[in-house]
Amino acid sequence: MMKTKPRTAPQRGFHFDYLMWLFTRLSALAMYLIVIIGIIAALLMSARQNMTVADLMRWAFMPNPNHVANTNIPDLEVWKGIFWNVMAFLMLFFAGSHGLHGLLNVLEDYISRTWVRNLLRALVFLIWLLLTAAGISLIVTS
Amino acid sequence: MGLKRNVGLMEGLRYQGKGPMLTYVLHRIGGLSIVLFVALHILASFFSNHTWGTTAGIFINSIYEHWLFQIFIFFCALFHAINGLRIVILDLWPKLIEYQREAIWIEWFVFLPIYGIALFVIIRGGLGG
Repeated sequence: MMKTKPRTAPQRGFHFDYLMWLFTRLSALAMYLIVIIGIIAALLMSARQNMTVADLMRWAFMPNPNHVANTNIPDLEVWKGIFWNVMAFLMLFFAGSHGLHGLLNVLEDYISRTWVRNLLRALVFLIWLLLTAAGISLIVTS
Repeated sequence: MGLKRNVGLMEGLRYQGKGPMLTYVLHRIGGLSIVLFVALHILASFFSNHTWGTTAGIFINSIYEHWLFQIFIFFCALFHAINGLRIVILDLWPKLIEYQREAIWIEWFVFLPIYGIALFVIIRGGLGG
């Protein structure tokens, strides 16, 4: 008969994995809020007359003025500015962290070696840093 | 914390998880596709802002503007969003776990009409208005 090693019970209370579990759920709700704000604001800014549904969704997922540049919107002034930059940054932060943590979650389901896991964690964190930096530069320059 | 699995890939594929398993698989495929799309899209846009990468950046972004790609990525995004909302609601209010089967039915009833309308609009636009 095979002997099984006794397992250590997972740590109780607040620790990194639990915080990330909670962050995944709360960032999902935050992204819902940002998308809803984007859609409502776009409709108030005359999206219904000047944009297609696809343009509206593109704007809602990432409120960047480049996403409405090819529509019939006559004046892009209200689609720019510090408010939309902050919303775009929040979307970038929540979506990037949520997505790359999800990627790590999937990878770790199929990889059992500890050192490979640690390597992947470092790699995914590096990708997160680079993408966030590239995204911020895009938000600032648009 | 190495976790040893006793289930091989083929045995795993034969697992008959039905409805909940289908949402789990689609949630993973959708999530990974969105990560890949968003990461490449940010990089491509970043490239096309610089003279050394304009051609590559514009080429990658032109794939994303194609209506066939939009059919795929909108499925991923919409399903991931609606299934994710179900997971959030059931996780934050654990008492509702009792109704998880019904929650999946509601999820499909919400997803299918929205995706159907979007599909109609995308295909009509793709075939030339």
